[in-house]
Amino acid sequence: MEFALSEEQELLVDSVSKMLASACSVDELRSQASGEIAFSDKINNEFIGMGLNGLLVPEDLGGSGLGILEASLISEQIGKFAAPAIWVGNSVMTPMCLSNGDNKELAEKWLPKIADGSSTSGIAINEFISKREDNGLSLDDGKISGISIFAIDAEKNPDIIITAVEDELYLIETANEKIEISNLPTIDTTRVMSEIVFHSCTAHKINGGKELIKKIIDSGRVVLSADLLGASQNMLDKAIEYSLERKQFNRIIGSFQAVKHMCAEMAADLEPCRSLVWYASYAQNDIPEESHLTACHAKAHLSEVAHDIARTATQVHGGMGFTDLLGLHYWFKRIGLTRQIFGGPEIVRKEAAASQGFLNN
Amino acid sequence: MDLKPSPEYIEFRKEVKSFLKDNIDMAGKARNPARPNKNELDWQDKLIKNGYAARTIPKDYGGYGAEPDVLKSRIIAEEFTNAQIPLGMANQGISMFVPTLLELGTEDQKQSWIEKTIKGEVIWCQGYSEPGSGSDLASLQTKAVDDGDDFIINGQKIWTSSAQFSDMMFCLVRTEPDAPKHKGISYILIDMKTPGIDVRPLMTMTGHAEFNEVFFTDVRVPKSNIVGKRGEGWFVANATLTHERGMLGDPNQASTRLKEIIDLMESETINGDKLIDNPVHLDRLMRLQARVMSMSFNSLRSLTASHKGLDAKMAKLIVKLNGCQLNHDLAGFAIDLLGELGTIYGKSNHDHDSGRWQWRYMFDLGLIIGGGTAQIQKNIISEIGLGMPREPKPMQEGKK
Repeated sequence: MEFALSEEQELLVDSVSKMLASACSVDELRSQASGEIAFSDKINNEFIGMGLNGLLVPEDLGGSGLGILEASLISEQIGKFAAPAIWVGNSVMTPMCLSNGDNKELAEKWLPKIADGSSTSGIAINEFISKREDNGLSLDDGKISGISIFAIDAEKNPDIIITAVEDELYLIETANEKIEISNLPTIDTTRVMSEIVFHSCTAHKINGGKELIKKIIDSGRVVLSADLLGASQNMLDKAIEYSLERKQFNRIIGSFQAVKHMCAEMAADLEPCRSLVWYASYAQNDIPEESHLTACHAKAHLSEVAHDIARTATQVHGGMGFTDLLGLHYWFKRIGLTRQIFGGPEIVRKEAAASQGFLNN
Repeated sequence: MDLKPSPEYIEFRKEVKSFLKDNIDMAGKARNPARPNKNELDWQDKLIKNGYAARTIPKDYGGYGAEPDVLKSRIIAEEFTNAQIPLGMANQGISMFVPTLLELGTEDQKQSWIEKTIKGEVIWCQGYSEPGSGSDLASLQTKAVDDGDDFIINGQKIWTSSAQFSDMMFCLVRTEPDAPKHKGISYILIDMKTPGIDVRPLMTMTGHAEFNEVFFTDVRVPKSNIVGKRGEGWFVANATLTHERGMLGDPNQASTRLKEIIDLMESETINGDKLIDNPVHLDRLMRLQARVMSMSFNSLRSLTASHKGLDAKMAKLIVKLNGCQLNHDLAGFAIDLLGELGTIYGKSNHDHDSGRWQWRYMFDLGLIIGGGTAQIQKNIISEIGLGMPREPKPMQEGKK
């Protein structure tokens, strides 16, 4: 038994971290925020160059055939830099979906292109978790119509979109279909959430049923919990760094116990989260009986801890934390958005309870 | 990352299970109290012989002499917990004093004490805190004055659990009054039957006396009872405190408590509804379950790190703070589940839990304070873990 990262995993983290440190400065975030869309060609080309888009694509389809743990480790770095990278939908949920579904033809057609970065894929399954009155998709004679909101990785005219209707997953090849994609103005300018309107689009059945929908949501939740981990760690690191520079009353503020204890509390809350994210990520591939529960707990718990850290780390920065100058708010807002994606903490905890047989309905 | 047990461990788990099955009658008679009786001593002896207690203590000192193996230790803990059979004795002598002696004791001291301690024949108490020296432990004032082959000890200790039935105390005393505070302390072993020692129970908020005060009046202790070098007791004590902080906040305890709470929620009803069917309670249960899980995975991570010599400093530093708080929150939740009946704390027809959760809720608050307060833990986390500076000392009064 070994509960630690391997040398290869450490190297992967290190190389992604170095790439993002040079490609994704706060200035980069600022220029993305002022633009129409957050998608950064620069960063996404780096990802493609490093072969990261194919991380979860099976080796015989041109990918690296790695697992959710590796995907989470990269996601943690993406969160740490608040990088405008497409990841969870395109590079995690899509390969999970196509390689586990029972439609080989679709997998063979699209996964090699996802792996080499020549195609991208959006995920539009929000309505499976949280359907509102105005939205929802319907299937009629093999054609999908309707509105899906909070679609992920769909901002750059993806070649395919994966969506769910009535407990089945469908793939839509966007090239010759009538689809309108618009960006939702969320608080988070480091990523784009989209609204997609489908007009009678030809739907290719993925053949995975409800189980596969749940499985890809679990993997999405875990990988997003890693994004929260990285974003929180960065906010804590920034708070400590600032507290060791800023002086008041002729002392660095990091020497006041009031400030030290805020930092210690953040660290104490965050540290076990790392182990939870590792475990839940590992469970997605290797402990099927625990994969759903740990995914729910990772997403809900990290959302709570990250929320507290986002507030507290901002407070440690005093007035500077509230300004735009340091850009700390990019992480504050990224955490605020991630918390709600694929179900906020209460929704996810309800699922966690139900999965243990605690809810009768 | 590999959590799949290899055949060796699958086999080991089988062995533990079959040991427990074969010995359930004997185990049933051992209740694991602070002062063991014959049944408990026999059970402890059996556990050591089979490698389920004192597992990594060398054979020369009466232990089982196995190589440290974090996974096997965990399997033992899990199987004993599942079978609801008490693990081997865990008192301050075994958990804190023995590891310190193994690290820093002389061969004579190891031969004299380790075997008797792990077998439960000698019970130890810890003499650290004093009325004027709690968080600032190094300011302790209990004096040990040099007198030929002995020291003569005068002073007072407080928060001494088990002192009323202990045979021995490992104690911090000031042997060098003129040295700086951290350098004038020695770590000394005191026979509790020595004349001049007065143990008085200390009543706490729980209504029980879980601790004592210990008074020393001209207590004569041989100099050979010092562990480590004279004047280096602070260093020796810190070796022990590390073990204590590992012991306080043990995630296995939180897991056991969570199971008890789920049982409570499944059996207890209010207005005819089971507590487990109340979605508001369930949400709180799920929050706590996530914390319990995180702490047990955190402990898997530190175990691997210790085993492989990897750095997981922060994972270890937070255990006392988080674990004690978590246990306290679990007790608070159980009381809320019981509602008004959760406040009953004495003999009553309406008692549903023997006052157990209220006792834990109070006693665990004591554990949040004891063994290094939460405030001190946060200082340690920020200074050692995060590299933040110590609070500068205020100007002394009168020095201006």
